[in-house]
Amino acid sequence: MKTIEEINEKIKKGKALVLTAEEIIDFVREKGSKKAAEEVDVVTTGTFGPMCSSSAYFNVGHTKPRIKLGGGTVYLNDVPVYTGLAAVDILLGATAIPDDDPRNAVFPGQFAYGGGHVIEELVAGKEVRLTAAAYGTDCYPRKKLETRISLEDMNEAVLFNPRNCYQNYNVAVNVSDRAIFTYMGVLQPRLGNANYCSAGQLSPLLCDPLYRTIGIGTRIFLGGGTGHVAWQGTQHNPCVPRTELGVPRMGAGTLAVIGDLKQMGSRWLRGTSFRGYGVTLTVGIGVPIPILDEEVVIHAAVRDEDIVSQVVDYSETYPQREGESLAEVTYAQLKTGEISINGKKIHTASLSSYAMAREIAGILKDWIQKGEFLLTEYVQQLPSLDSGIVFKELQEKPIRFKKAV
Amino acid sequence: MTTTKVVLRFPPDLTDQPITYKLIKEYDLMVNILRGHITPKEEGMLVLELTGAKKKLERGMDYLEKLGVETQRLSKDVKWLKERCTHCTACTALCPTQALWIDRDTMTVGFEKDKCIACEMCVTVCPYSAMELLF
Repeated sequence: MKTIEEINEKIKKGKALVLTAEEIIDFVREKGSKKAAEEVDVVTTGTFGPMCSSSAYFNVGHTKPRIKLGGGTVYLNDVPVYTGLAAVDILLGATAIPDDDPRNAVFPGQFAYGGGHVIEELVAGKEVRLTAAAYGTDCYPRKKLETRISLEDMNEAVLFNPRNCYQNYNVAVNVSDRAIFTYMGVLQPRLGNANYCSAGQLSPLLCDPLYRTIGIGTRIFLGGGTGHVAWQGTQHNPCVPRTELGVPRMGAGTLAVIGDLKQMGSRWLRGTSFRGYGVTLTVGIGVPIPILDEEVVIHAAVRDEDIVSQVVDYSETYPQREGESLAEVTYAQLKTGEISINGKKIHTASLSSYAMAREIAGILKDWIQKGEFLLTEYVQQLPSLDSGIVFKELQEKPIRFKKAV
Repeated sequence: MTTTKVVLRFPPDLTDQPITYKLIKEYDLMVNILRGHITPKEEGMLVLELTGAKKKLERGMDYLEKLGVETQRLSKDVKWLKERCTHCTACTALCPTQALWIDRDTMTVGFEKDKCIACEMCVTVCPYSAMELLF
């Protein structure tokens, strides 16, 4: 049994043993989990994948004379931002696209540029074009604004992602007769290919399946800088079927994360375009797991062959919200490049980058070993298996229109 | 014997011409159709792999040009922008010739240009614009 305080003391002295979530697998295999719990102090995880519920908010500073952007219309490089906040606070969503983007009018649309790309450009240090129209008030008389702006010019630039880091995810296939264009990529007809999207054994919440150490307030690697877990992510759904090891067999927990965008890097925040679907942001996240006891290390040493996911048809089952999983496969199978469904061999590919996830876990390990990154206690636990959370679908209720008097 | 990959673009009035038939029959060329596309305005695009004696190949190309078909060698067609690639591997399952492949140890993507038939599938599926088409 160790405490986070003790681990931090070792980190400060440069004496902590830090391993990545890949390295811990061999360590536990060779020395056993009991010894690993005693000797290893931290296991670092990583993931790098498209995460649509991502955004950034900015305070752009006050113009002279003043303008009230709140309630007006504002664009960054022609991408609309949300202005329903104070005078010069604006929020840019990763999936926002320019008003004049043809979208899916000519199917499948390209979605070449959007909110995710603006975030990538800003983080790369580039200037973007801010254009705004406001209604003008006594205290904020100005009505128009056009300027170039970079992150440096802003007071605050904060990455705030309401849902990232999904604990496990579907494997997408297409059983129909035509190619489909989804957020899981292009899926060829008649089980032509299968796409998955998780770092598996490196993925943060798969290495801490019961949320023993990752909670609200946990300090993390976020987009090349540091950030924190702000809350459980939207759709956080811990009460799904799990394996004997406690690993969810499908999408389950999620994280809301927050961090200072100004210290992040564009290598770890990438504008992303899915043909026929839309724009998003690919986010790099790494979470350290303090090895408090044997259970924590057993979980952290989870292997791809112990993690399963559900193969779901995205031509009918997913869009219509009906039907069941076609099969259950392991990440070890997915990573060979081929799975077998109903006797048919199907090529697999990933949307999340395992190579980059591995790099992130390595960087975080390096930071901790150098004493640059200390671990935090969470201030509140994430809702867990005993939370009784039930995942709600939207029940539509008819609206009665009343006749105007 | 020489092999070359060419991109043919022809105007609407030529789309009804039996061009491939003539290349085979009159110029004794082996024709492998890699890709074909007719736009809504009926302009045609055909990517062919032509194999034959060097002389015959040249005569075949002359024939196409005289006919008014715009021809272009397919040499620097699909470009892999390595610095934009995140190695997600989304392209690899759809690449018909495995020109895009995965090193399973490092889980990184590699591109073997010689195997590429410029089907453009990777250009469509790459979420990071890391595959570029240069015609």
